[in-house]
Amino acid sequence: MEFAISVLISGISVGGQYALIAIGYTMVYGILRLINFAHGDVFMVAGLLGIYLSASMPLYLSMPLVLLLTVVLGFCIERVAYKPLRSAPRMSVMISAIGVSYLIQNTATYITGGQPMTYPVIPFLSDTVKIAGTSTKWVTILTPFLVLVLVLALTQLIHHTKAGMAMRAVAKDFETAQLMGIRINTIISITFVIGSALAAIGSMLYFTNFQAITPTAGALPGLRAFVAAVVGGIGSIPGAVVGAFIIGICENVIKSTEFTVFSDAGTFALLILILVLKPTGLFGEKVTDKV
Amino acid sequence: MIQQKSKKGAVAALIACTALLAVIVLLENVSVFLPASSVPNLLKPTSQLFAVLKKGAVYSLAAVSMNLLNGFTGLFSLGQAGFMLLGAYTYAILSVPVADREAVYYLYGGSAVNFSFQDMFGSIFGTQGVGGAVSMGLGVVVAMILAGCVAAVFAYLIGLPVLRLKSDYLAIATLGFAEIIKAVFQWQALGPVTNGANMIKSFPTFSSFNITDASGTVILRLSTFFPFLVSMICIAMICLLINSTYGRAFKAIREDETAAEAMGINLAKHKMLSFCTSAFFAGVSGAMFAMFVTNAHAKVYTTTMTYEILLIVVIGGIGSISGSVMATFLYVACSEWWLRFLDSEVVLSNGMKLPFLRAGFRMVVFSVVIMIVVLFFRRGIMGDKELPDLFKKRIRKEGAK
Amino acid sequence: MKKLLSLALASAMVLSLAACGGNSGSAGSNPANSGTPAASGDKVIKIGVFEPASGDSASGGKKETLGIQFANSETPTVEIGGETYTVQLALSDNGSSTDKAPSAAADLVSQNVAIVLGSYGSGVSMAASDTFKDAGIAAMGVTCTNPNVTAGNDHYYRICFLDNFQAQVLANFAMDKFDAKVAYCLGETGNEYDQGLVAFFKQVFEANGGKVITASFPTNNSDFNTYLNQAKAEGADVIFTPVSIAYATQIITQAQSLGITAPFLGSDTLDDNMVLEAANGTDIQLYVSTFYQEGGAPEFDEGIKNYINSNSAAKDANGGNDTIAAVTAMGYDAYYVALEAIKAAGSADPAAIKAALGSVTYTGVSGDIAFDSTGDAIRDTAYIKHSTNTNAWELETVQKAS
Repeated sequence: MEFAISVLISGISVGGQYALIAIGYTMVYGILRLINFAHGDVFMVAGLLGIYLSASMPLYLSMPLVLLLTVVLGFCIERVAYKPLRSAPRMSVMISAIGVSYLIQNTATYITGGQPMTYPVIPFLSDTVKIAGTSTKWVTILTPFLVLVLVLALTQLIHHTKAGMAMRAVAKDFETAQLMGIRINTIISITFVIGSALAAIGSMLYFTNFQAITPTAGALPGLRAFVAAVVGGIGSIPGAVVGAFIIGICENVIKSTEFTVFSDAGTFALLILILVLKPTGLFGEKVTDKV
Repeated sequence: MIQQKSKKGAVAALIACTALLAVIVLLENVSVFLPASSVPNLLKPTSQLFAVLKKGAVYSLAAVSMNLLNGFTGLFSLGQAGFMLLGAYTYAILSVPVADREAVYYLYGGSAVNFSFQDMFGSIFGTQGVGGAVSMGLGVVVAMILAGCVAAVFAYLIGLPVLRLKSDYLAIATLGFAEIIKAVFQWQALGPVTNGANMIKSFPTFSSFNITDASGTVILRLSTFFPFLVSMICIAMICLLINSTYGRAFKAIREDETAAEAMGINLAKHKMLSFCTSAFFAGVSGAMFAMFVTNAHAKVYTTTMTYEILLIVVIGGIGSISGSVMATFLYVACSEWWLRFLDSEVVLSNGMKLPFLRAGFRMVVFSVVIMIVVLFFRRGIMGDKELPDLFKKRIRKEGAK
Repeated sequence: MKKLLSLALASAMVLSLAACGGNSGSAGSNPANSGTPAASGDKVIKIGVFEPASGDSASGGKKETLGIQFANSETPTVEIGGETYTVQLALSDNGSSTDKAPSAAADLVSQNVAIVLGSYGSGVSMAASDTFKDAGIAAMGVTCTNPNVTAGNDHYYRICFLDNFQAQVLANFAMDKFDAKVAYCLGETGNEYDQGLVAFFKQVFEANGGKVITASFPTNNSDFNTYLNQAKAEGADVIFTPVSIAYATQIITQAQSLGITAPFLGSDTLDDNMVLEAANGTDIQLYVSTFYQEGGAPEFDEGIKNYINSNSAAKDANGGNDTIAAVTAMGYDAYYVALEAIKAAGSADPAAIKAALGSVTYTGVSGDIAFDSTGDAIRDTAYIKHSTNTNAWELETVQKAS
């Protein structure tokens, strides 16, 4: 029983962290129809920034700065690597994303020397707490609530602000939105800024829980978050959040059985099953081909 | 490797390929014919040049087979590494000599599959001398074909549910299947067949094709020639397919699925055909990859590998076979050879250290180069043109002058 | 324009491949990274260092390289047939990955090295094995413990003990010291080092009447909570984690916050100061089996500490402090064994060195080194040490083969 609860707790917590990354994937996809492969690496860079900055300044300064720098990074990636390719075939943009991911990982390897780095201890969040007989960190308990608050704020932003309306318009029809006088580039930048900011917050929660950061530390959470976004129906924010929780719990349930080898494969099997039953994910819109 | 319609062109392509093979054999055998002291470092059999050529030959087949699917049929699949893994393991499992199985499967006290093609042919043609060579060669070829077949069969099974999906959903589903296949091969419970987490080795590799005399001295090197030959044959087959009615149907599907269907093209059938053919050749290239790294190890066939091949395809030009081939050699040579000097610190004569140069810098420079290529050559180095097209255009232009 | 450019690119490739044939390998071979630039006129012999400087095993590979570099700085020359040769180290990064290993190995071979040391990590050693074999160069594994590295070939040697020995030592230790009945084994999926040790451990532990639960985690995983909770739920008396350094640090820190009380057993990879740092200040009981214990050879300890502290690059490679990793000591010994082989061969010819290597004996800081017929070191000693959780190791016991 204790064990079952602990599995559920870590599943929900990890799911919450995936959700924060998955939103970045799903928003970018919704607008650009681009799988932003570099997103997981932005997440990793946010972690590394946290290490380097908090080594030289107190946490209350370094953490907002991490957020800011990650946002700047996300913005720059979009401007340098994706914007020039807006008229190019979709595959080229995706390759550009893979290239950026490559570049970030290799640069991180170069700078850190490939050694795992240790994330600083954040007071309170890192403290241990006992729940129903299993001890865990506070961050584990707080993550799902924080995610819910952030997602609510985000949906408010999308549904009740001008920028949010513009985002929805661009997602619906790129060209018509442009004709209506929406400044596409600004909207896309805003999307990347929001995505990166959430990834930065996600990295603080994730790496407080799992403290070592290697240059590939973003790859696995990135991939899982992406899977979560697809399960939920890529392009849909509530879908990404629900998908992330499903993936997080599912992964931890498989880890608790004797088939641990399949902890990744299991999530993919679930993904394929959902795609076969519902080809655009749980909350995805139906796409009809125009002739 | 060259797309040709006229007979004349086909002959020219054949001549070009034969010439290239001859050059490879010559290059490779310089070290055999000349005395050791006068062979330049670069042409010694273990030089980087040959490692790059071999890997390039293997990867170019993988890239072309991916191009068939992604470039010519417009099906965005990321399952390449999974199919290569299937090919590599099928080849390895069927090729390890029975005598070596106990050592290779040391954790499991021997293998569940006590059979290898080399031994089977060995019992027909003999195991020594020419007979041994024939049975080894036949064993390798049969195992490689089977490797392709196994990959194709799996592709068929995977394709049944998955090919109905559209674009990115198809991509992520195939990627998922590659991961599932990898996990299955790493499962300890299947250890007696797949050797679990351990690598399978001791099967015939490229260097097994070097012809030696009785004392073991090499008299003719064919270890680079062999992967080139196999890749060329396979790529030629892909070319023939692309230029056939099927190929034109593939391209129609790429341009517009709905229109293609309206023209009477059976979408499901053609998509499946393209998917399985691509998987077959991916399987063959996987088998060759296993021969190149001299082992089959599931851990290597990651999504990163798929991305690498996709990168090559796009750099070469989506829908250009000669582009994929050229991009492969450039890519492999850059990442593993030409830029390697960036990894070691250089101390100048006045004792100054050059900045930035240390382990890891090579990959940073390499990824910057890739980004430049992707951003400034957005259609890849060849676009959807083939090598002969360029020559033709030039001749026409010069003629006009 | 673009067509012209692409044509130019294509022809550049063809030309460069062809032109390289003419000039003797100017592109491939570059001067080795070496602390001792050869004085002009000196004869030079090159030792290849085939170690990961990037990827999962970078941390260990760098520490191993450090030992070799220190030994090289201490003894930069060797006498061959009355002549003094300068020893140069040629480094090549195999990226901890088996698909990059063959070309990294070919890079060393093209630099005409006389003998190769390495690698940290058995997988890359096996993948590169045939490249060295074809070139007729002997390779000497420093800490690659998988049985298959040396089995079935005559050019690969190693100076460390094997996985089956290590697992046996640890399994016996678990039963003797903790009276363990249930062991939880955790390794990386598809990593033959981890899974090999787990399998051997299981054999011994179950043969002695224990119960083993095995689990594996995917590459790049960082969430170990569920695994550790499962170990707790199953009532494991010991947790055996023969994993890479990055995973080990994660496991230790997460075990601390989960309040795991069962002792952790680790293999030689866990003998690393990153792991030590992770255990620092925790209540985790961490025991590792290893090749060398600091204090075993005071002179070496002092020398290497000076070397690390006087050289910032070396200090970075060692993880920012001067705790001596066993792999560093092993790298140091490997270098001297290589020198012995060169002396015994009396020539700088790789074939002669290969022939001489098998019968070399040497007493190094990690003990006596001699090779058996497969090329494995004849070693019957493993040190087991435990973390004091104050950033230091303490020798627990010295285990002999039973």
